[in-house]
Amino acid sequence: MNSTETLNTINAPAAESPLAEHWHQLKRSKTAMAGLIIILAFILIAVFAPLLAPMDPVAQNIEMRKTAPFVSEYILGTDDLGRDMLSRLIYGARISMTIGVIAVGIALFFGILIGVISGYYGGMVDKVIQRLVDIMLAFPYILLTIVIVAVLGPSLTNAMVAIGISQIPRYIRIVRASVMAEKESDYVMAERALGASDFELMFLSILPNCLAPISVQATLGFGSAILESAGLSFLGLGAQPPTPEWGLMIASSKEFVTSAWWIVTLPGIATLLAVLGFNLLGDGLRDILDPRLRD
Amino acid sequence: MSDDTLLTMENVNVHFHTRRGVVKAVRDLSLHIKKGETLALVGESGCGKSVTAHTINQLIPMPPGVIESGSVIFRDRDLLKLPEKEIRKLRGTQISMIFQEPMTSLNPVFKIGEQLADVFLTHQKMTKKEAHAKAVELLDLVKIPSPEKRAHDYPHQLSGGMRQRVMIAMALASPEPGLMIADEPTTALDVTIQAQILDLLTDLKDKVDMSILLITHDMGVVAETADRVVVMYAGRKVEEGTVYQIFDNPSHPYTLGLLNSLPSNEKYADHSRLEAIPGNVPDLLTLGDGCPFANRCSWADEACEKSFPGITELDEGHSIWCHKSEEVKNRSVR
Repeated sequence: MNSTETLNTINAPAAESPLAEHWHQLKRSKTAMAGLIIILAFILIAVFAPLLAPMDPVAQNIEMRKTAPFVSEYILGTDDLGRDMLSRLIYGARISMTIGVIAVGIALFFGILIGVISGYYGGMVDKVIQRLVDIMLAFPYILLTIVIVAVLGPSLTNAMVAIGISQIPRYIRIVRASVMAEKESDYVMAERALGASDFELMFLSILPNCLAPISVQATLGFGSAILESAGLSFLGLGAQPPTPEWGLMIASSKEFVTSAWWIVTLPGIATLLAVLGFNLLGDGLRDILDPRLRD
Repeated sequence: MSDDTLLTMENVNVHFHTRRGVVKAVRDLSLHIKKGETLALVGESGCGKSVTAHTINQLIPMPPGVIESGSVIFRDRDLLKLPEKEIRKLRGTQISMIFQEPMTSLNPVFKIGEQLADVFLTHQKMTKKEAHAKAVELLDLVKIPSPEKRAHDYPHQLSGGMRQRVMIAMALASPEPGLMIADEPTTALDVTIQAQILDLLTDLKDKVDMSILLITHDMGVVAETADRVVVMYAGRKVEEGTVYQIFDNPSHPYTLGLLNSLPSNEKYADHSRLEAIPGNVPDLLTLGDGCPFANRCSWADEACEKSFPGITELDEGHSIWCHKSEEVKNRSVR
């Protein structure tokens, strides 16, 4: 914000969009900013992976197997097949971010669509949808994912779809609850009296008012999607070798945990940092957007 | 039906089926609104004013609401028989509405200019730019200062009076305004703003040639704005007349009571308490077929408890529904 703008806003209330207002609040939260910085770093790494990675992530150099970090041109060492750890971690960020985007994208799209319909129409529609959600929520979460992958076949794409599907019920619940609260508002009645259709009311006037809890859940969901895909890959149901996926990297090197610690530990740390980043930002967003937690 | 009639309601009955029983919110209501006039619908809370308004533009929540019978003829079409799609076309174009709570009747996440432009875009083919220009024009029409700048404000940046102006602007965003339903438009505003908004409404009514159905419980507002008045009590119409007939010669005991409970300087020179109508509004669940006002009326006798009275025409266009019209007639406002 420049200084003339500041001067102009002294008398009149600033024409500040809700988004800008929340950004100012977010900037004050140190943990949320830390989370945001971590996430941005991972996103940059993911986008520019080919430029940043010093070597080919799948090229093997059998002579240099299990080289320790900081002793050769392989900065973070090599794994049991002589592949550069740093390059694999960088490309792993790309995969993890893609998983997050696609899984959360699937969950958001269907969760919002079904949740809005369920909350807006209520009655029988709502009852049927909510019982289906109950059934999905009754499954242990990881089991549901495994079942979906088992049906679709183990691959990274299918893992993303499975994680997306298994996250849908949470979004349905959250969206439904906020839509039910919002649809009783006066402005909904006013807009209906001005000729708005059901579709316009649902998606153009009510939904934008429900974005706060949805964005919190989506941020946290990003973290858990990354974690779950690592879990699925660890179990052999996600990414397949030689894909540099963090969970798979841990799984395929677990027997070296005593002899070559870095092969197991580094992808673990990468996963931890990424998930931590999303959780910190998610919690920060919740503090700002949830009026009950605001003082 | 004469040519200058815009809307006619005939024998409308609206019931709500609740867990405790059937609430007869509007009973046998008939009224008409002429082109270019302001009809005030007066009565206390819960007497069916808002239900009547929502019957016209079909905003009654169904279930539990049911329009049992009657007809609402608007520009030669029976609104109660039109499919939802047709009604939606009428809402916001020929029948618009402004609400009691300007503080919450605007969508909090959109700029007011966008919300206004959206009304144009819903019903008319035009570009976003044209719609925005139209929106600014309307903000100017409802006398919002520096409308170009204000269009970029969010609702929370405006005062209550300003928001009500925006609501009025939204109701005017129509190519062929016919009827504006104003549901207690000034209840949430303080008195000076109230006067401004009422002036604005009266002004605009003549400018765009529309009729207003003004719903209110405030006799002061009625005196200032209305041409004709319909007094409602517990879902029934009890008196109807021009604003002069109602104020100069109130003839139904309930109307008398309403006017008596208004504060006025001369009346309270010697005593200080406001007069009130004794008793409470009857429970609409248990209300029988008699005159609903019987239990609070000082003229009431057995006949009043038994049946609802027929029409008594006092003057041209001035009618009451009361068994005791002869006795009440000679009593004026004390």
